Amino acid sequence: MNKIPNRQAICEVLMENVKTDKDIVVLCSDSRGSASMTPFADTYPDHFVEVGIAEQNLVSISAGLAKCGKKPFAASPACFLSTRSYEQAKVDCAYSNTNVTLIGISGGISYGALGMSHHSAQDIAAMSAIPNMRVYLPSDRHQTKKLIEALLKDEKPAYIRVGRNPVEDIYTEEDCPFVMDRATVLCEGTDVAIVACGEMVKPAFDAAGLLKEQGISATVLDMYCVKPLDKEAVVKAAANAKAVVTVEEHAPFGGLGSMVSQVVGSECPKKVVNLALPDAPVITGTSKEVFDYYGLNAEGIAKTAAGLVQE
Amino acid sequence: MENLKALSFELRKNVVRMIKEGKGGHIGGDMSVMDTLVTLYFRQMNISPDNMDDPDRDRFVLSKGHSVEAYYAVLAAKGFFPIEEVIEKFSKFGSKYIGHPNNKLPGIEMNSGSLGHGLPVCIGMALAGKMDKRDYRVYTVMGDGELAEGSVWEGAMAAGHYKLDNLCAVIDRNRLQISGCTEDVMAHDSQEERWKSFGWHVISVNGNEIDELDAAFNEAKATKGKPTLVLANTTKGFGSPVMENKAGWHHHVPSEEEYAQIMADLDARREAALHE
Repeated sequence: MNKIPNRQAICEVLMENVKTDKDIVVLCSDSRGSASMTPFADTYPDHFVEVGIAEQNLVSISAGLAKCGKKPFAASPACFLSTRSYEQAKVDCAYSNTNVTLIGISGGISYGALGMSHHSAQDIAAMSAIPNMRVYLPSDRHQTKKLIEALLKDEKPAYIRVGRNPVEDIYTEEDCPFVMDRATVLCEGTDVAIVACGEMVKPAFDAAGLLKEQGISATVLDMYCVKPLDKEAVVKAAANAKAVVTVEEHAPFGGLGSMVSQVVGSECPKKVVNLALPDAPVITGTSKEVFDYYGLNAEGIAKTAAGLVQE
Repeated sequence: MENLKALSFELRKNVVRMIKEGKGGHIGGDMSVMDTLVTLYFRQMNISPDNMDDPDRDRFVLSKGHSVEAYYAVLAAKGFFPIEEVIEKFSKFGSKYIGHPNNKLPGIEMNSGSLGHGLPVCIGMALAGKMDKRDYRVYTVMGDGELAEGSVWEGAMAAGHYKLDNLCAVIDRNRLQISGCTEDVMAHDSQEERWKSFGWHVISVNGNEIDELDAAFNEAKATKGKPTLVLANTTKGFGSPVMENKAGWHHHVPSEEEYAQIMADLDARREAALHE
């Protein structure tokens, strides 16, 4: 089991790149520890800005830095970054088109037992609704690294959400197919298409294994690019299947499921079932306990998919 | 040297024309802030249409973005775009001259309109200047009603913490906001005490006197180790008794009669300034 959470992968790739790219700046809001950014802050203090517990300031300062040629990466808990500083993300990053990468750490229900104030089950919907804001939920550390390297090459704003816990590898360092803003096809099948993002990709992929044992073949898309959604990949996967299942660590509205449903509904109508967190404060527990409770695990996904195929 | 006082009344006339043609705008704050903008753009900042790609240019963000008409008038006078085009198209369907600053227009660095953003953005610009060891200065202008936004004080704290002496913030202290007196809506005094306690150098001036503003900005430049706040004490609607110190003129569009009187008043002030 991999012990490196995606947040740590971000720190590692930025530490590697700042050696040659002097414009990289990391900003935290008293969040360097939870963002795994302490090694960066300690090693490159001239490239690190602490703003204190002030998420609005975090985002606006990042925008000002970007406007003067810097490449800021602002890392703060997703629950605060996507709500407290929402207007700053909208106006100073997206509307002013500044090269700011917002990193929502401990996303979704990573802070399981801490309650709804610390959950970010709305961030995909909120950030995706802003024109000129891109939304990415990488699945494992290898893909996270590729994503950050790709973002370093462009000059547009983006929001990334990563979880707090280590996630099992899906890819390897040598074998991590990545094309910017294109979903990664993990396997192809003809019965059902499963589209997942972030930490839900691994259980979705495992679900395909369980389905195979039942004689059901599934396509699994790693839709790390929730916005811009890879519509072409969605249409292709849906067209080849009897039904579509979406899986996300997010509220049931406005996230990956809503977006995939829109595309499938208009381009190639098929039944779509959205697996997500409930429209309610989630039950208290660790991430795994919560995911298991709501069926957001390989068994739950496989059960839903098999049910659709057998309808 | 150009008579900037006369210029400021001339530019106010352009603002009034813009608002009358566009049938909307924030006229009262335009009039109060005009002298600050004229001083910055014609005496202080190295910003012109020729140097907008120069990394050493000074940076400006109009945090009180609703005073965009005054901003347009000053930018047009600096040669960024033709004033007659602004007056003709301001706020009209499909116009690029919208009711708040947007950086698709030449000369404008950042979009604004939501209050409480300019100061924190300018902190980022000032930090970038320090990181790159560049000598440019960073300016923002806030309204006084804007000071109720919490993000202003997040910025005040950070600028003091990082001792950003390349940053100068101006408060257009006209003491009126849309609902009435600022002190009635949400008490603000004493701004001197508040900013000093956050580690700022504070200079209080008559914000409708260009020479006083100019001296304040020079003092700010010479102040090391801390950011400077210029408290520009102004009169809302400055330039004509028709609108001076009247909260209702926050975003009033002048009638034909009011328009004629305001333009006559501004002409008279301009003439007087030319003969001072």
